[in-house]
Amino acid sequence: MSTPLLEVHNLIKLYPVGSRRKGALLHAVDDVDLTIGEGESVGLVGESGCGKSTLARLLAQLIEPSSGRIVFDGRELTSIAPARFVRSRDRARIQVVFQDPTESLNPSFRVFDSIADPLRRLLGVRGAPELDRRVRHAAELVGLPDELIMRYPHQLSGGQRARVGIARAIAVEPSLLILDEPTSALDVSVQAVILRLLADLRTRLGMSYLFVSHDLNVVRLLCERIVVMYLGRVVEVAPTETLFTAPSHPYTRALIAAIPDPARRGEQRLRLEGSPKSPIDPDPNACRLHGRCPLGTDRCVTASPLLRHLGDVHYAACHFA
Amino acid sequence: MTAQLSIEGLSLVFRTRHGTVKALENVSLSVERGEIVGVVGESGSGKSVMAYTVMGLHDPAARIESGHIAFGGTDMLQASPAERDAIRGRELAMIFQSPRTALNPIRKVGLQIEDVLRRHAAIRSADLQRHAVQALARVRIPDAERRYHAYPFELSGGMCQRVMIAMALACSPSMLIADEPTTGLDVTTQAVIMDLIREMSRSHRMSTLLITHDLSLAGEYCDRIAVMHAGHVVEIAPTEALLRSPAHPYTKQLLAATPNPRSTVSALTSIPGQLPDLRGELPVCRFSRRCERVQTICGEAPLPWTNVAANHFVRCRVPL
Repeated sequence: MSTPLLEVHNLIKLYPVGSRRKGALLHAVDDVDLTIGEGESVGLVGESGCGKSTLARLLAQLIEPSSGRIVFDGRELTSIAPARFVRSRDRARIQVVFQDPTESLNPSFRVFDSIADPLRRLLGVRGAPELDRRVRHAAELVGLPDELIMRYPHQLSGGQRARVGIARAIAVEPSLLILDEPTSALDVSVQAVILRLLADLRTRLGMSYLFVSHDLNVVRLLCERIVVMYLGRVVEVAPTETLFTAPSHPYTRALIAAIPDPARRGEQRLRLEGSPKSPIDPDPNACRLHGRCPLGTDRCVTASPLLRHLGDVHYAACHFA
Repeated sequence: MTAQLSIEGLSLVFRTRHGTVKALENVSLSVERGEIVGVVGESGSGKSVMAYTVMGLHDPAARIESGHIAFGGTDMLQASPAERDAIRGRELAMIFQSPRTALNPIRKVGLQIEDVLRRHAAIRSADLQRHAVQALARVRIPDAERRYHAYPFELSGGMCQRVMIAMALACSPSMLIADEPTTGLDVTTQAVIMDLIREMSRSHRMSTLLITHDLSLAGEYCDRIAVMHAGHVVEIAPTEALLRSPAHPYTKQLLAATPNPRSTVSALTSIPGQLPDLRGELPVCRFSRRCERVQTICGEAPLPWTNVAANHFVRCRVPL
C-alpha cells in the first residue's frame, strides 16, 4: 500500500440519549481503525444507521469524536480545536461532496459564488481576475458549461447541481475528497456521467477518495478497497475484487447476495431476516450481528469478535472468517 | 391466458398554470393472471402517474383524454365510484413508497388492517383481530400478536412495508400494484421484501405490477418488463429478451448506464440530452431528440408498435 494520507485509530463517537440521569449512550461509531493511502480510493458501505455517515463527518472534522485519533498527513487532527482547524490549511485539504446537491447548495448563491466561497475563505484568494480564473478552471474540470456560471441552483438540472457540488469541493485542491452518497439522488443516466467524472478527476488530480454509499455496484466501480460497517463497527476490509469474490464476514456475504442481479435470477440466496439490534448501549461482549447471523453460536455472545488479518489487506471481524 | 389488467391507448394530461403537461400518451400494457410485470423508467417518465390512474387516485388536475383501463371485467374509467370502491382494497391493492408515511401514524397497525377487513371482507367483528394477526403473520412479521398493538413509529422501515403488504393482501386481491416498494429501504431488507412479494404472487396466483426505477431489480423479479420514457411505453418484452437483446435505443442506453456486478466505469455510458419538456410541442417519438439512430421517418405519425419477436414489442421506427 502507498504511504498513508489518513490514519484513524480507535475512533469512537457516542451520543447521549434519553434523560441525562439514565446515561444511555448511542454508539454511532465504535472503535474504528482505518487507513487511506495517498491517491487511494476507499469505499465505505453499510446500511442506514450503521454509522458510515457519522464516520465520514468525523473524518471531515465536521463533528468531534468522543475519543480516538485522526492523523492526517502526519499531523494529529484530533488535538486541534475546531475553531482553530477552520483556519488551518488542512481545512482546504479535506473536502466533502454531500448527498443531495439540491439541499447542500445555497439557493441564493449563483454557481460562481458557490465555487468562489471556499476559495475566498479557505485559501484567501483575493482579486477578481484570480478568483474568476480559478472558479472557471474548477467549472471546466467538472464539465460545467461557462454559460451556467451565473445561474442559481434552481435554474440547473440535478446533474448540473451535482457538478457544482463537486466543483466547489475540488476548487481548493483537496488531498482527500469525502463523497457521501454523491449519486443517490440522481437518475441512472445522470449517475453514469457523474461516476465517470469522479473516476476521471481522481486520475487527473491525484486525490484520495473516501466513497460512502449503500450501493455496492457503484462503490465497486470507483474503489480499490472497501470497508464494510455494521452497527458502528468495521466488520470487514478487503480489496474490492476479494470482497466480491470471497467475502468472509456473514454480513458482507448477505450484503452481496442482496444486490439485485438478473443474471442470478431464481437462485437461492443468503437472506438476513430481522433488523439490526439497537445501537444504544450494545452488549460489549456480543457480536453485533448475533441474532440475525446464520452462523451464530454461544461463543458469539460471550466474546465479541475483533478484526483479524486474513491475508494481504483482508480483515474480518468474525470467529468463523 | 387472460389479462387481469389491460390498459389500452391511455392518454392523460395535467392542466397547469404553466401549460398542459402531456404526462401519458397512448400507453398500452397488460398484466396476465399471476404474472409479475415491471414498469421501469427514470423520474418523470410517467410510471407512477400510470399506476395511480389504474387505482383512480390520479390528481384532480389530470384529464384522461382517451383510452381504457379494464380490470377483470370492469372498465375502471367508466365505473361508478361505488363500483370502484368495491374493487379497490379487495380485488386491487396498492403499496406505496415510504411505508411510514403511507400508514396512519396515530393508529395501531393491527387496527389499520382491521379497517380494511371490516370494509371489504365478510368477517364477524369478533373474528377481526384474529384475522388481522394472521395477516401480519402471513408476511412473516415475528411476534405478530405483539406487533398488532404497535404504532408505525415503533417499527422499522422494513417492518412498516411488511405491514403495508399485509394490509394489501388481507383480502387476497387478484392484483397488487407496488409503487417503488423498496426505495428507501436497505438492500438486505429490499431483498427480503421483494422475495416476499414474489412468493405471495406465486402462491396466490396474484398479478403484480412493479413500478421501479431500478432495471436490475425488475430484471431479477419480473416476468415481463415495460420501459417508459417521457410518457410513452417504448418497449415491452419478456425480461430475458429485454435484457439480452433490447430493441429500443433508450432501453439499450438505460442498460448501459445501470451499474451491475460486472460493469466497469469506462464501459458505463450516459444517455445524452434530457427528458423533453412535456408541456411544449413534442416530436412523434419523444426520444428522437436524444437518439443517435434518428431518421426522417421517425417524425411520421403515428408511432407504430413493432413486433420484433414473440411477445417482444417496441415503439420505434428503426429498432435495434
